[in-house]
Amino acid sequence: MTAATGSARGLRHVEHVMGTVFSFDVRDEPVPALREALARAVAWLHRVDAVFSPYRPDSSVGRLARRTTTLAEEPADVAAILELCAELEDATRGCFSARPAGRLDPSGVVKGWATEEAARILERAGARNLCVNGGGDLQLSGEPAPGEPWRVGIADPRRPDRTVAVVSGRDLAVATSGNAERGRHITDPRTGVPVDGPLSCTVVGPHLTRADPYATAALVMGDEAWEWLARLDGYALLTVPADGGPPAAGDGFPLAEPPPA
Amino acid sequence: MRGTHRVALTGLSTISGIALLLALKPHHADQPPLSSPEPDSGGGHGGSAPSASGGTRTGTFTGDAVQTKYGPVQVRATLDKGRLTAVKVLKTPSDNEKDRSIAADAVPKLTKEALAAGGAQVHAVSGASYTSDGYARSLQSALDKADSGKHGASRPAQQGAGSGQSTTGRGGGRP
Repeated sequence: MTAATGSARGLRHVEHVMGTVFSFDVRDEPVPALREALARAVAWLHRVDAVFSPYRPDSSVGRLARRTTTLAEEPADVAAILELCAELEDATRGCFSARPAGRLDPSGVVKGWATEEAARILERAGARNLCVNGGGDLQLSGEPAPGEPWRVGIADPRRPDRTVAVVSGRDLAVATSGNAERGRHITDPRTGVPVDGPLSCTVVGPHLTRADPYATAALVMGDEAWEWLARLDGYALLTVPADGGPPAAGDGFPLAEPPPA
Repeated sequence: MRGTHRVALTGLSTISGIALLLALKPHHADQPPLSSPEPDSGGGHGGSAPSASGGTRTGTFTGDAVQTKYGPVQVRATLDKGRLTAVKVLKTPSDNEKDRSIAADAVPKLTKEALAAGGAQVHAVSGASYTSDGYARSLQSALDKADSGKHGASRPAQQGAGSGQSTTGRGGGRP
């Protein structure tokens, strides 16, 4: 690789994996231990894809869907994720499902979990200030610069080159679910009918593993999501309404102050 | 919205101008930067690249010429510690009177929006899951490119990435 040495600061990496793109932004001194951790985090994402991709016939999830294997024969992570899916299905009153279209597909929790774990791999190697963006869902820690919080724009579902709000924080996960790019691809797992709710739902909280499925569930849940999420400690909601009106943010949603005019 | 207080957001940050800046790259070879970059902190790369400072970049960047329905447009942006301070339009559609008129109207608007976007100073963007294609058009992609600059196209240590495409670069770091 092109070695960055000496006084180089920060580490950036973009990885195409899991059908999307992961962006790493590490703001610590890029010592060898961090470069090695970044490589491990990237390898981790590819391993998760190999095990959990519903599109790969040879993945654990692909084989489980075809019933050509059993949970006991697959990596322990698979059972742990399916257990988490069952818990989330309960907690979201069925608005989140590991079988959103009838077939086993735990992607709704796997991507956020993989992103959060990638961030933890870097943290265990000493990273204190980093942002991992897993296809639009982020796990943040520390600060981009001393005394300055991370600022995360919430994309306008109608215009990917615009933002509709800015979230700021230090140790935070930010997840957004919506139908923006691929048309109406989110269906209500309770009915199988495409969701006719807000354009997008953004959930912030400590863990992306939960914020990501919570955002998907909030989109399915519609107006009930406000009350439901308000009871979940540490998580808050922002929605972009279907009518194109201004976003609405719930209590505790860490909006940055508007930028100076 | 029982039990929940919603706040209507009025200050929408428009970043449409950045669409034209998606292909930002350092451009110092033949044009001096409007603001003098600090010495590049990335050892081995001399002083030619925009430097990192306080987590953000300073320097002048020239976008690729972008085909619009009115003709090619190319802009140059100046960043001061990551904040967009100036946008200069290098190329505008100007084949005929009508195009010139459109450009006269559109370019100041674009500049204003791009500057507003700079004021928003976001480090990352959250949005509905994107594919690789969608990523190429996303603001996150613009941020990744602006921060990686010419240090793109390298890989992390101990390659373990399998078949994924990747780019690595240094962005703004901490002192």
